[in-house]
Amino acid sequence: MSLISTLARLEAVDTGRAQPAATVRHRHLSERPLVFVPLITAGEAGAPLGALVGTDRDAPRLLVVPQPRDRELRFAFLAELADVVLPYVDGFAEAVEAAERSETDPETGKRVKVEVELCADAPQMLVPSRAGVDLVRLLGRSMRFRRTAEQDPETPFPAPPRVPLLGRWLTHFGERARVPGSCLLLAMTDVLGRHWATGQSTLEDQHLGALLAWIDPPEGRSGAEAAEEAELARDDDGQLICPPAGPATDPAFDNKLLAPAIERYDRARTALAAAEDGVEADDRLGALTAAEREIRALVESRTRPTWDAVWRGLDLLRELPEGARVEERRTRDRWSFTAHRDRVAAGEPPQPRRDDAVTAANKLAAREREQARLEAQEALDDPLAMAARRLSGEAFAGEVVDVVMAYSESKRPSPRPLVTVRTDDRPHLGERVKAYRSLGGKPQTAEFVEYAAGPDDGLLVLRIMDKMGRGKEPEPGSVPEKGDRLCFTLFEHEPRGGAKLPDPEETPWTHGGPPGEDPAPEPADPVTEEDLL
Amino acid sequence: MTAPVEETAFDPGSAAARATDAILHDTLHGPARGVVVDSPPGAGKSTLVVRAALELAEAGRPLMVVAQTNAQVDDLVLRLAEKNPDLPVGRLHSSDTDPYDKALDALDQVRTSAKAADLAGLPVVLSTAAKWAHVKNVEPWQHAIVDEAYQMRSDALLAVAGLFERALFVGDPGQLDPFSIVGAEQWAGLSYDPSGSAVTTLLAHNPDLPQHRLPVSWRLPASAAPLVSDAFYPFTPFRSGTDHGDRALTLAVPSDGSGPDRVIDEAAESGWGLLELPARHTPRTDPEAVGAVAQVVRRLLDRGGAAVSERSPDPTPLTADRVAVGTAHRDQAAAVRAALADLGVSDVTVDTANRLQGREYDVTVVLHPLSGRPDATAFHLETGRLCVLASRHRHACIVVCREGVTDLLDDYPSTEPVQLGTLVKFPDGWEANHAVLSHLAEHRVRWRP
Repeated sequence: MSLISTLARLEAVDTGRAQPAATVRHRHLSERPLVFVPLITAGEAGAPLGALVGTDRDAPRLLVVPQPRDRELRFAFLAELADVVLPYVDGFAEAVEAAERSETDPETGKRVKVEVELCADAPQMLVPSRAGVDLVRLLGRSMRFRRTAEQDPETPFPAPPRVPLLGRWLTHFGERARVPGSCLLLAMTDVLGRHWATGQSTLEDQHLGALLAWIDPPEGRSGAEAAEEAELARDDDGQLICPPAGPATDPAFDNKLLAPAIERYDRARTALAAAEDGVEADDRLGALTAAEREIRALVESRTRPTWDAVWRGLDLLRELPEGARVEERRTRDRWSFTAHRDRVAAGEPPQPRRDDAVTAANKLAAREREQARLEAQEALDDPLAMAARRLSGEAFAGEVVDVVMAYSESKRPSPRPLVTVRTDDRPHLGERVKAYRSLGGKPQTAEFVEYAAGPDDGLLVLRIMDKMGRGKEPEPGSVPEKGDRLCFTLFEHEPRGGAKLPDPEETPWTHGGPPGEDPAPEPADPVTEEDLL
Repeated sequence: MTAPVEETAFDPGSAAARATDAILHDTLHGPARGVVVDSPPGAGKSTLVVRAALELAEAGRPLMVVAQTNAQVDDLVLRLAEKNPDLPVGRLHSSDTDPYDKALDALDQVRTSAKAADLAGLPVVLSTAAKWAHVKNVEPWQHAIVDEAYQMRSDALLAVAGLFERALFVGDPGQLDPFSIVGAEQWAGLSYDPSGSAVTTLLAHNPDLPQHRLPVSWRLPASAAPLVSDAFYPFTPFRSGTDHGDRALTLAVPSDGSGPDRVIDEAAESGWGLLELPARHTPRTDPEAVGAVAQVVRRLLDRGGAAVSERSPDPTPLTADRVAVGTAHRDQAAAVRAALADLGVSDVTVDTANRLQGREYDVTVVLHPLSGRPDATAFHLETGRLCVLASRHRHACIVVCREGVTDLLDDYPSTEPVQLGTLVKFPDGWEANHAVLSHLAEHRVRWRP
């Protein structure tokens, strides 16, 4: 934790309110996000109990699995979920704009520009907490290898038609969420935690109710009190007033309310199956429907507060202006979305269970690059983020007190002006350490030369190295002037891309050689006893 | 019955020579595509790399050498040039400013270029893994030497392994593992986990490769090798090349009775010293501990230290360039530098464990990674970090630490999630830290600044 965030947390404790950790919003928020508040069944990994899902804050769609251990009902839930999610996703696939991408020409080996489509906007799915992101990934994993009756008439338990496709999209959202700064799938607690520092631990910040209580406590109450109440307060029946954001449920809810309701449902179902004539069946169907309605009401009562909390979080975040470089990162999300849209359209198989060596290395390299980019861009967009870097010696701000023109010692001397900056910061500088400042959105490089009067006086002499044009005289505005207030970073603004890795077919012997040719599609997980009720 | 006889007759020189011969034999004449050499601190790894390079070049096998940093590459080039001034050597470098040591320009047999094609046909070409990864569309080299292979990440090896047919991998398994700045749990347990070490991936896919280890540390004194070996290499023990009495550290100026002086005396006598400050939770840049480190260094230089070793019978003065300070974090290093500057000390190396890897000094002063901390995170417990800090010295190592680290270790259970399919690393940091602390406790000097 950086020094400044420790300070912010202390201030939050002191004032009883969360302190801003950012002056701008560092994540893109879609105008029409899809909010997904899922619940799972205790003791059944990945068995959904129900969810609220939708794009309209006043009209969420309630999906419920009245008996979560029944495979048919789970499939019905997933099919309903597909009916909500896939039309939403498809809604972004149509509108495209023309864009250029450089590709390697297979014949000449040169980089050439190719005209491609880029989706004009990308979907955005919001879940309440990080555990929700994991569940999206798990649901994706459980669905994408399923076979429908149309794909494989022999399959013993065919999935409803659109379920495998939903699995592929949820997998894509889940993978993309691992890329730092991406916004296709966001956890509300993570986004709020990035923008506010509360007076509790980051682990406690994973409780959406408590986090919101710190950020926006009710009138006349302190954040700490409100957060404690959100975590602990129970009603007369012993139920949490602010239910956990899920997907796990509170054991008191499971034991006292849910289990008896599911039992009543089971009994009603057995009774219906045993009905001997039409009149009896009608009555018992009524009882079954009533039992199901009861479970639906229970699920809604646990998800609705979280649903409202997610939208309240959105309201708070939307009050912050969007950071200048957020749109650029959003464009990367659009590329990612477009690429997956194209893979699906081209009939490619679902994402494999495990990445091969080359894919794994490429993903890791891309995420490290995005992490560096995100940290640099957040600092450049936001003085508060930059302050953290300045405190840790990775950047410094100050006033230009002197500029002396100098030239490089080459046949065609280029300008290399010496700029003296007075700063109160203590950057980690050494001889010829590079520093960068933003000049019209582009980084200008400088080199540290010396301390003008000892390291403690804060007078730094820098040599400006580039972005001054081709001539002997620097272009106007490209050299700092006396009195300018500047901020230099010791980190690069644009991370450099690494070397290209070999193609998977050329995986070297040290990494097991090329992956075997395996044209057969990956089978779905085998059915085990536990899968059947 | 023969074992005890061998034990008493252990001759470090011939044991090391036997190991080197076996390595070179497997490298030059063995059938396997790869050979792995584990080398404890100061066991002559660079000497081995240089010798193997010269022999491969002599055998007419085009050789590429992969090291991890530019400083390591330059160092190898200079050593090669020193051993065989007639051997043409290529130094492939990046296109940044000042990409290599200017000393290389003075050597006629060294050709430098940023393009691999310019260096084609030279018997030996050296560069960093990062630069090699950009080399494409060339005829593969017959042989490669990968230096510091345990510090190389698996994905870095993936990027360069297509460039060679066979390779010798050399490294120290006890030092810091490579790391990534983003989570890589997704691939934990896969044989080719890109965030793991190159050697782990290599051996997972090629379990039959011959593995050797160098049995003798020439750097560590007889007082340090048993501790470092037991604490960090429990299953692959090594010995020191010198015996008790072969090295000595003497001080011309007698002790003034202060804590720093007493700990210096203890370390000069026994090879280890622990300067223990009163227990306290502190910020990372604990001003008292940082001040204590600076004072120990100041007194070390003031007291006219002189080192006698097998290298020279005459005492060598203990100058600032023979002393180093090691810390866990960069801000701690910066604080120590500032404190030293206040005491008028300039030329002493102060750096983090990461940057001290592979370096060697007469005396090191270490700010203990867990000193003053309220918690014991995986970063601070990492075995490699303590191992690097405790194995840079030829004569003595002085550790500055707050009291209470043993309790801290006992209070904090490891909370890292268990990943299926991954190799559990032994010894774990908890155990290694305890082993080192219990040994240091015998050389403790308590001091209240």
